[in-house]
Amino acid sequence: MNPFSSGTRLRDMIRAIRACKTASEERAVVRKECAAIRTSINENDQDYMHRNLAKLMFIHMLGYPTHFGQMECLKLIASPGFPEKRIGYLGLMLLLDERQEVLMLVTNSLKQDLNHTNQYIVGLALCALGNICSAEMARDLAPEVERLLQFRDPNIRKKASLCSIRIIRKVPDLAEIFINPAIALLREKHHGVLITAVQLCTDLCKISTEALEHIRKKCTDGLVRTLRDLANSPYSPEYDIAGITDPFLHIRLLKLLRVLGEGDAGASDSMNDILAQVATKTESNKVAGNAILYECVQTIMSVEDNGGLRVLAINILGRFLSNRDNNIRYVALNMLMKAVTVDAQAVQRHRATILECVKDSDASIQKRALELVYVLVNETNVKPLAKELIDYLKVSDHDFRGDLTAKICSIVAKFSPEKIWYIDQMLKVLSEAGNFVKDEVWHALIVVISNASELHGYTVRALYRAFQMSTEQEILVRVTVWCIGEYGDMLVNNVGMLDIEDPITVTESDAVDVLEIAIKRHASDLTTKAMALVALLKLSSRFPSCSERIREIIVPFKGNFVLELQQRSIEFNSIIAKHQNIKSVLVERMPVLDEATFVGRRDGSLPGAASTAPAPSVSLPNGVAKPVAPLIDLLDLSSDDAPAPSSSGGNLLHDLLGVDLSPASQQSGAGQTSNSAADVLLDLLSIGSPSPPSASSTVDILSSNTSNKAPVSPLNDLSPLSLSSRATSNAGASPMMDVLDGFSPGPPTENNGPVHPSITAFESSYLRLTFDFSKQPGNPQTTIIHATFMNLSSDTYTDFVFQAAVPKFLQLQLDPASSNILPAAGNGSIVQILKVTNSQHGKKSLVMRIRIAYKINGKDTLEEGQINNFPRGL
Amino acid sequence: MIHFVLLISRQGKVRLTKWYSPYSQKERNKVIRELSSVVLSRAPKLCNFVEWRGYKVVYKRYASLYFCMCIDDDDNELEVLEMIHHFVEILDRYFGSVCELDLIFNFHKAYYILDELLIAGELQESSKKTVARLIAAQDSLVETAKEEASSISNIIAQATK
Repeated sequence: MNPFSSGTRLRDMIRAIRACKTASEERAVVRKECAAIRTSINENDQDYMHRNLAKLMFIHMLGYPTHFGQMECLKLIASPGFPEKRIGYLGLMLLLDERQEVLMLVTNSLKQDLNHTNQYIVGLALCALGNICSAEMARDLAPEVERLLQFRDPNIRKKASLCSIRIIRKVPDLAEIFINPAIALLREKHHGVLITAVQLCTDLCKISTEALEHIRKKCTDGLVRTLRDLANSPYSPEYDIAGITDPFLHIRLLKLLRVLGEGDAGASDSMNDILAQVATKTESNKVAGNAILYECVQTIMSVEDNGGLRVLAINILGRFLSNRDNNIRYVALNMLMKAVTVDAQAVQRHRATILECVKDSDASIQKRALELVYVLVNETNVKPLAKELIDYLKVSDHDFRGDLTAKICSIVAKFSPEKIWYIDQMLKVLSEAGNFVKDEVWHALIVVISNASELHGYTVRALYRAFQMSTEQEILVRVTVWCIGEYGDMLVNNVGMLDIEDPITVTESDAVDVLEIAIKRHASDLTTKAMALVALLKLSSRFPSCSERIREIIVPFKGNFVLELQQRSIEFNSIIAKHQNIKSVLVERMPVLDEATFVGRRDGSLPGAASTAPAPSVSLPNGVAKPVAPLIDLLDLSSDDAPAPSSSGGNLLHDLLGVDLSPASQQSGAGQTSNSAADVLLDLLSIGSPSPPSASSTVDILSSNTSNKAPVSPLNDLSPLSLSSRATSNAGASPMMDVLDGFSPGPPTENNGPVHPSITAFESSYLRLTFDFSKQPGNPQTTIIHATFMNLSSDTYTDFVFQAAVPKFLQLQLDPASSNILPAAGNGSIVQILKVTNSQHGKKSLVMRIRIAYKINGKDTLEEGQINNFPRGL
Repeated sequence: MIHFVLLISRQGKVRLTKWYSPYSQKERNKVIRELSSVVLSRAPKLCNFVEWRGYKVVYKRYASLYFCMCIDDDDNELEVLEMIHHFVEILDRYFGSVCELDLIFNFHKAYYILDELLIAGELQESSKKTVARLIAAQDSLVETAKEEASSISNIIAQATK
């Protein structure tokens, strides 16, 4: 022995580490030991290899890096003696995992040890292979393992059998060579071998249908017999657990029978008797017995139908469910979940007990029970169940509330029999656990509210009351703010009073109070405040008497650090102060949000969803309304192809107005301080006369009506998405219309007519024609169509002429086109305005036949078509 | 299958870890941290199962030690509970009323026993006697080798005197 080695014994090292009082002391000890071990390794000290590795394993368990010891494992494994190999393999399994390259180096040693004359060394090699083998090793060593399945000693056979499981899990292709040896093992009497062989067969059946068929045909009867013998076997002390002989083998046999019986009536039939016997005869006062019953029930539920057995199984679960042991109740809930698909009625009978489990003090049981209740809900029982759950929400544990809230919202939305009930339940949830309600859920609520026109008044009053009770729940505040913004007048005037309501007196200033509280509330986040600002603007129009007070609430936000709020405040303030004449038009009630589109968008993976997730705290460079993405989503529901809000507000204006603002917009684009960006906006708002435009028809926008400029910005801010998509196609069209078009999908004319989405009227491989519609106020019969032509080919079209014909009940007037040359590849468009007067408005839809003539490289081309897809009601 | 076995003390110290599914060292540490906080914080009367990342962790407390096994969602939780007990009984027989200190100073022995009980995350042997016999046989192999080694070194020492 090397007298100069200062290595401590393993025991002493562990003591030293345990004696450490602080983490840093421990680190110091470990560092010192590691250093000593490294030196020892470098000196190739044979005597201490064994001890070094043992120490390394302990250090590894404490979570320190030990990669430098990996090669030592390989050396020990390669040495001839059993003690070295034993610790070497242990180190291999602990310090390495299958993904390390070093592992490949051990393949050869493993192969030699699998062929060793000492059966314990063979056992070590099998154990290591079974625990960490990689796919490559599995391929290399599968023949050895397969051979060992017939080894003379049963303890090697059982290890080889489990090792085979690992191999076929890693490389399913290898399953074939194990099928026959595995079947042979099923005839063994040794429990260890039998347990592992049954497990191997189960895995084979899962991997290969060929194996499944084969084993089903050859072994089902034998397995049933084995299980019967086991169940009827007399007391055997070696395998006895709580009066049952080898419950582990019981369970594995039941599991394999389940795999064999599933989808095969013959096999299921042959195991009926034994399943019935196990289900009735097994003692259920100890864990072992219950484990068997649990497995048996699972098998009964999975194999082909046998009514009698299923009743038996459901009864066992019923007994489990009323057991006082939490473990048993847990597995009962777990199993009932699977039983629902088989026999929902039987499970429904236990509904009351399950509902009690939702209120259990154990989080695991709560979760299981909630999931079960969730699948038990249907149209007939939704009301009482939702009531129970919402009542429980009030007292539930904080950690559980998120799950519970999500499930309640989902149940209520899915099965609500009527809108008022849905709104009622949602308001209760919002008041109790509003902070847990996900964005998409309250968006959906707002869509529903917006669609339920007869309940607007009722909803806004209910929200008002809930708000008076508590303002703790953020989402409740948001929904309240939105509804008061939209339907504040109904709140004050008690419009649409339902019989069930108590009368309530709310003054205009009370309504404004709510918004003031919401906006000044400390906990309100950006989205809520932004929504409150919009709501205030809306109320300023609905309640002219409060206009001045509202302005006073808005004004302080001019200096807000958050650009979004600052910008809104400045814009809204200017609307209230200077643009009374158009204000009422601007803040019209939102058009009804289309439920179908919303549901479609929510179900499909919408790109916009990603942008709603990051919370409002994100302040974007130039005040794009991205932080209030929820709002945008709401506004944007009807436009399907909205691009991502990439361009800044400033740039949009720039595009729209065609004004040369490049220094300014660069500034805002660069996202400097919020002040400078705001200055730009101020500049935009206060332009008296526009700078000379660069030959563009959009000039008209500015020069025709300067007072329109103010609205441009807030609108723009509210809805950059739709605006940017229209800015290109509509340039040159009637300015006011376009601008407002961007604000809301429908033109906010006095009659507030319905919304008419744009259509693609004609499309060939060379040309696309889109129509945008608008109506003149007070003249519903006449539709103004903005036709936009896009060239889809790579050649420029010249001498472009568009002609249209209509039936007699229509009158058509064509304005001159903006050009007769259409640039290639969508680099520009021709715009032409058509006025169509429908003498049978409301009875017949528009229809039109068109002809488009143009020249490509001097060659005449003619395209014709009929347009039948006009929106209804034009 | 069993994905891993963990022994955690009541203070959150790891006493044994065995991984049957591939987890990197970083993931292992994370798993241990997460699970020990979940398991140790559970009140005594609650059920012994915790749902975790789509798996289930079955745990049972013996004196100051928590034995945890992570299993698939569709495995039999009650059986795993029985398996833990099986393991503990074998340890108890081997060490003679086992305590935490036995498992600290003889951690490698605990691993050897576990390796006779589980391979590839599946149960290998349901007889406590067989496991005990196999471990004893291997221990005696090691003892014989040690004796031989010491007698050889004695002979060498005497010869070189």
